[in-house]
Amino acid sequence: MPPTIRTPGRRGDPPATATAHDVPDRAGHAPANAHPPVADPAVRLSGATLRFGQRALWDGLTLDVAAGEFLAVLGPNGAGKTSLLKVLLGLHRLSAGTVTVCGHTPHRGSAHVGYIPQQKAFDPDLPLRGRDLVGLGRDGHRWGVAPLWRGRRNRVDQAIAAVGAAGYADTPVGLLSGGEQQRLRIAQALLTDPAVLLCDEPLLSLDPHHQHAVSNLIDTRRRAAGTAVVFVTHEVNPILPLVDRILYLVAGRWAIGTPGEIMTGETLSALYGTDIDVVRVRGRIVVVGAPDAAHAEPGRGHHHPAGHDHAPAET
Amino acid sequence: MGLDFYLHQPFAQHALAAGTLVAVITGLVGPFVVTRGAAFAVHGTAELSFTGAAAGLLIANDPVTGALLGSLVVATAIGLLGARQRERDSAIGVILAFGLGAGVYLLSHYHGFATEATNILFGQIFGVSNRQLLLLLGVACLVAVTMAVLYRPLLFASVDPDVAQARGVPTRAVGVAFLYVLALTVTEAAQIVGTLLVLSLAITPAAAAGRLSARPATVTALSVTFALVAADGGLLASLQTNVKASVLVSTISFALYLGARLAGTTLRTRRRPHHPAHPRRARPG
Ligand SMILES: Nc1ncnc2c1ncn2[C@@H]1O[C@H](COP(=O)(O)OP(=O)(O)OP(=O)(O)O)[C@@H](O)[C@H]1O
Ligand SMILES: [Mg+2]
Repeated sequence: MPPTIRTPGRRGDPPATATAHDVPDRAGHAPANAHPPVADPAVRLSGATLRFGQRALWDGLTLDVAAGEFLAVLGPNGAGKTSLLKVLLGLHRLSAGTVTVCGHTPHRGSAHVGYIPQQKAFDPDLPLRGRDLVGLGRDGHRWGVAPLWRGRRNRVDQAIAAVGAAGYADTPVGLLSGGEQQRLRIAQALLTDPAVLLCDEPLLSLDPHHQHAVSNLIDTRRRAAGTAVVFVTHEVNPILPLVDRILYLVAGRWAIGTPGEIMTGETLSALYGTDIDVVRVRGRIVVVGAPDAAHAEPGRGHHHPAGHDHAPAET
Repeated sequence: MGLDFYLHQPFAQHALAAGTLVAVITGLVGPFVVTRGAAFAVHGTAELSFTGAAAGLLIANDPVTGALLGSLVVATAIGLLGARQRERDSAIGVILAFGLGAGVYLLSHYHGFATEATNILFGQIFGVSNRQLLLLLGVACLVAVTMAVLYRPLLFASVDPDVAQARGVPTRAVGVAFLYVLALTVTEAAQIVGTLLVLSLAITPAAAAGRLSARPATVTALSVTFALVAADGGLLASLQTNVKASVLVSTISFALYLGARLAGTTLRTRRRPHHPAHPRRARPG
């Protein structure tokens, strides 16, 4: 089935495909023909638009993420991927449209949502061990001092063991490698048993071995517990076998569908508004041909390590 | 006269009581000063308590109340002018420069003893009145209770602000609350060691503790212990010698820091058995 592609210029068009949702009505309810009213989807966006000033990061974004689904979010720097996660965390308000997480408007501190933020290095002298970082994910938002009762310790220990971080849980976080920190981040995010796990470029700066290990941890979890995963990444190849659907954001336009639907020359050319070729080599996807101008804001000083070989390369 | 004699004197007992409470709150606050990179805020509010003290001296002949009230004004000003870390440091610099000027002006209008000015700068806990001591004790208790309540969200917001915010910690409000706690603590400490030597109680013990452990609760406990040893030790030693308490407090605190660094170097190297090949990882981006 072909993917949904929306551009700001075509907002009023009828949905292109059967998977498309209609433009939402003003009351914010999903259109009647879209989904039968069964259990709430983990995430539901309808007609969601986010603007900073005049610029719309994305416009009329409409999609459901089912429990246990693995959604990859791709797009150039500044396309609004992190901002989408912030909307799901209740940290940004939509400019238009509606969003629900597990049937509720997202709000800060919701136990439904686990969050792995875009990686930032910890200071090597920071007086904080791996297990303290994990423990804060459980009750760091509560007032007072941390209780010393056993149950809390056990939960933290289990979460640490589940990501295979027991060997370095007592080491200061600032001394751990990027891959080790990411494992602890996953443990931290999963402590509240969230229904939705939001990951912001969790594979950044990891070598292929750790990319594999970290994405498999997340995959195991969503299969075991039915956790929906929204996974922002610049590299689709390491997670290609795990991904159910891809949401591709480019300068206000967006497309959603399976990897086979989205990672095609046709779809990406429509998104970037220029000719793009998608080549498959030994099971990897290589995208060739997007001009730099398609990137939302050139020269924002963002840089990602080399190796995002699905990302549009210059010709 | 021996220490025994002094320990039965009310003035010495009061000073020790104040020193103990001040050590507890500086020890509690110190680790957060270190992790939040707020050393300049400590320095700034300490020097500005000079202005508050001078105003208190001039208006009501009460430098302690003046300094405490002044610190609240300073915390509000910093909170309003500097929301973000970098912005905050320049805001503190701006307020500090103006405030010190005002302090010099105020003091030039004070015709009391010149020693009052030295007392503000270098501390004179033995000289304060009973009423002022009670005030110091009351504020110290308030700060200690506030810190106990703030502890976990403040730690979360300090070490992991993005996730803390997502988990519902009002990071901005917690940061502002900490500014007030910090300003009051610094002003209290200034009464013992003087505005110029506040860092010896507000930072040195926490920095020493950070060399010895990476467990937040242990770091806090060590930091409080070091501050207690420095403050009470300095006051007791000062009773027996003719040396000013602040000098002894800062000396003891520095000695503790040196000891912690020596011990800590061995601790830190021993703590990493599992990455012999990568003593420091390459940092992303
Ligand atoms: N609070 C804000 N106010 C104004 N503009 C903002 C705000 N937050 C984000 N933006 C802008 O929105 C755009 C999208 O930012 P976002 O962080 O979502 O991009 P991204 O897709 O995650 O990019 P990257 O791949 O570089 O991480 C950027 O141009 C950014 O400057
Ligand atoms: Mg981002």
